Amino acid sequence: MLWFKKRDYPDFWNDYSNHFKKKQDTNIETIRFVVFDTETTGLNIKEDRILSIGTVAISDLTIKVSDSFECYLSQDIFKNDSVKIHGILKEGNHIKIEEKEAIMLFLNHIKNAVLVAHHTAFDMAMINASLKRMGLPKLKNRTLDLGYLYKKTDLDRSTKNHFSLDDLAKLFHIPQHDRHTASGDAYITALLFLKILSQLKLKKKLTLHELEAPISKIGLL
Amino acid sequence: MNTIAERIYDFLKEFPPFNMLIPDNLLSICKSIEVHYVEKDSFLFKTNEPVKDKFYVVKDGDIGLFTATNELIDECDEGDIFGLRALMRQGSYLLSAKAIEESIVYSISSTLFEDYIASNTEASKYLMSNLVSNYRKTNDDLQEHHFLGKPNNTDSVIQDFLEEQTADYSKNPITCSPESSIKEAALLMTEKRVGSVVITQKNKPLGIITDKDLRTKIATGIFSINESVTKIMSSPVIAFPKNITVAEAQIAMLKHRITHLCITNDGTINSELTGILSEHDIIVIRENNASVLIKEVKRSKSIEDLKQIRLRAQNLLKRYIEQQISITFASKIVSAINNSITNKIIDNAIKTMENAPPTTFAWLAIGSQGREEQLLLTDQDNALVFDDVPKTELKKTTDYFLTLSKKITQDLNTVGFEFCPAKMMASNPKWCLSVTEWKQQFKQWITSPDQDNLMLCTIFFDFEPTFGNHNLVQNMAEGIFESINSHQIFLNHLGVNALKNPPPLSFFRQFLVEQSGEHKDQFDIKSRAMMPLVDAARLLILSNNVKAYNNTILRYEKLIELEPQNEELYNDCLLAFKNLLRFRTEQGLKHQDSGRFIDLKSLSKANRLELKNCFKAIKEIQELILVRFNLSQFL
Repeated sequence: MLWFKKRDYPDFWNDYSNHFKKKQDTNIETIRFVVFDTETTGLNIKEDRILSIGTVAISDLTIKVSDSFECYLSQDIFKNDSVKIHGILKEGNHIKIEEKEAIMLFLNHIKNAVLVAHHTAFDMAMINASLKRMGLPKLKNRTLDLGYLYKKTDLDRSTKNHFSLDDLAKLFHIPQHDRHTASGDAYITALLFLKILSQLKLKKKLTLHELEAPISKIGLL
Repeated sequence: MNTIAERIYDFLKEFPPFNMLIPDNLLSICKSIEVHYVEKDSFLFKTNEPVKDKFYVVKDGDIGLFTATNELIDECDEGDIFGLRALMRQGSYLLSAKAIEESIVYSISSTLFEDYIASNTEASKYLMSNLVSNYRKTNDDLQEHHFLGKPNNTDSVIQDFLEEQTADYSKNPITCSPESSIKEAALLMTEKRVGSVVITQKNKPLGIITDKDLRTKIATGIFSINESVTKIMSSPVIAFPKNITVAEAQIAMLKHRITHLCITNDGTINSELTGILSEHDIIVIRENNASVLIKEVKRSKSIEDLKQIRLRAQNLLKRYIEQQISITFASKIVSAINNSITNKIIDNAIKTMENAPPTTFAWLAIGSQGREEQLLLTDQDNALVFDDVPKTELKKTTDYFLTLSKKITQDLNTVGFEFCPAKMMASNPKWCLSVTEWKQQFKQWITSPDQDNLMLCTIFFDFEPTFGNHNLVQNMAEGIFESINSHQIFLNHLGVNALKNPPPLSFFRQFLVEQSGEHKDQFDIKSRAMMPLVDAARLLILSNNVKAYNNTILRYEKLIELEPQNEELYNDCLLAFKNLLRFRTEQGLKHQDSGRFIDLKSLSKANRLELKNCFKAIKEIQELILVRFNLSQFL
């Protein structure tokens, strides 16, 4: 039945999913990562909505500003509470696009890249919830989580399990511009990712598999 | 919309040549920039690797360029460009780029470079002249930077009425014919002791050769001295009629980046040459302006007059700084004016006393004023010494001079030299003493050199008599040397004191700026950059037993004479000090303050390079002191 169902998917999904048919590059040095962040109306995956998505790609372990994506979404659900965090107003001055269009563009941009975020599980769940509303399956990409990678460096010996992006940026001396814009956070995450990766590389040669968090360790926050 | 590119734009727009690009073009570059994270000790490229299709800009950190033999050639920090030379040359890298500390580096592709930077005349010119040969920045280069950075400084020149006077030019221009050889022209210049020669045909100026042409085109071997002068002359010349004003002349020189103007009958190059006006002539005119001020001081009738003259002196200083006139010259002029104002005040004060002074005395400027290194209007630092009197007369004599000093310091305050908050003034009974009392005071400081006494030494050892009997002062100075000679250990203490402000190890790091207080996050240029050089010069000159050298620049010059083996180091210190003095003066004039605390973010690229070189000199002179005075055991 799968082949039949697949035919029903829109072209953009098929294009996206075709990228996974080839064997994927797993060499950290050359692989394409897409570092991304979403700003949302809140933390409830079912009720809340994505307000903006920002990404920047890394390949050859270099951040490629030209390979980035940024969009603001028009949503019916809007919570005034969260405005003070992300600063996106319902009728703000950003050009906004429909959720469906945003997801199409996002898929077209990420292709089969390895996705990297801070608290990846949450951002993934938000995107997957959007896909579900569109009647589509979940994202197929492999993912890495910044917080998990940081724990792996053993730089922090405490039992603390949660590190905010602010904490990490401070630890790694990254100036914090544009915090709480999706693109700004994605860029900070990308810099942190490169720094943490180089810490991990000091210890040994890395494989993509080693960087991935075991399923049980993925919490939403 | 691209938030990331905009942030990169905000960074790059502060640095040349990016600040010369039109915003849209710079934004296009930013949208395609690549960001590298380079861990400490890892490489961006290595010697002999094929040149990559891009060049680099440091965002954060410190990238060192090393030769194949691992010699550090240059360090690049925030905003510095590297790898561009290789990109233009192609082939393989001659140097390696290694992170001295962890760094974030932007790379810009050659396509972007060609599309947006090379096509911009100003930017490519900047890169050609400043970056392609940026190893071992010389002082001249840095001055050139200043020049480039301030294209609008002619405005203030125009506004000044003094500038409207006609420039006094040399009416007997030295000329030669186009058939002359370069050698003949050079011999002529040498014989006539001039810096330029005009090539004329039928008395019309064809071109001009200056000292610079001989330096850049002959000494470099590009042209032989037997070739015709026409090979190296600058042509056409810039011509003006004889009634050119100082302002016009200066604008023309700035605009054309030249140092000589030809004066012709009708002001075009097609008429007879009647004179030549050089940059030097302009400086002479300015000097005359200063002497006008000094004359006015002498003629002044009231304190209010003096106050006005002091303000005008400040404007004069501003122009000197803007026009890159030597800081040594500027400080001499300012000191001369300040001294004449002080002397006028002392004269007047004596006249208002009931009696004439009971004995001879001298008025001393101390600290930075004593060293004639205070160009900005700051608080007064002074002292008074009077001749020894019989013990019975001492009280009465002291009282007389204290009363006199109070009048003087009061008037100085009115003119604009505010009271010293630490009371380092002759009106303070501690600093109004007889020769013998001063000698005892110095001896006490020298024999018990605790922290406070050393601090006082660094202020009172640098004195300059501005008024009165200079013999008294000499006598007093001898006392210092006598005491030091019998307490040599004092020099070691002074040495330790001179090392208490080591240069920052790396620029733009957190520890460098003030951590707290009113000037938090600002850089203290006085105590962290200038005082180490001042203290070192004082220590070395005292240890060489040299008297009457109270100015830091003069001290280093004297040290070069005394220790030719250290010429390079002393010369570096000398240049560093001049640059810092100029820099502080500039900052002070700009912000209407003492110029002491500097906001690092406001510094231009050129300023930062300049400071970096200064720190190098400080580090080296402190190493010399450490070894020479065997101070490692004291620290």
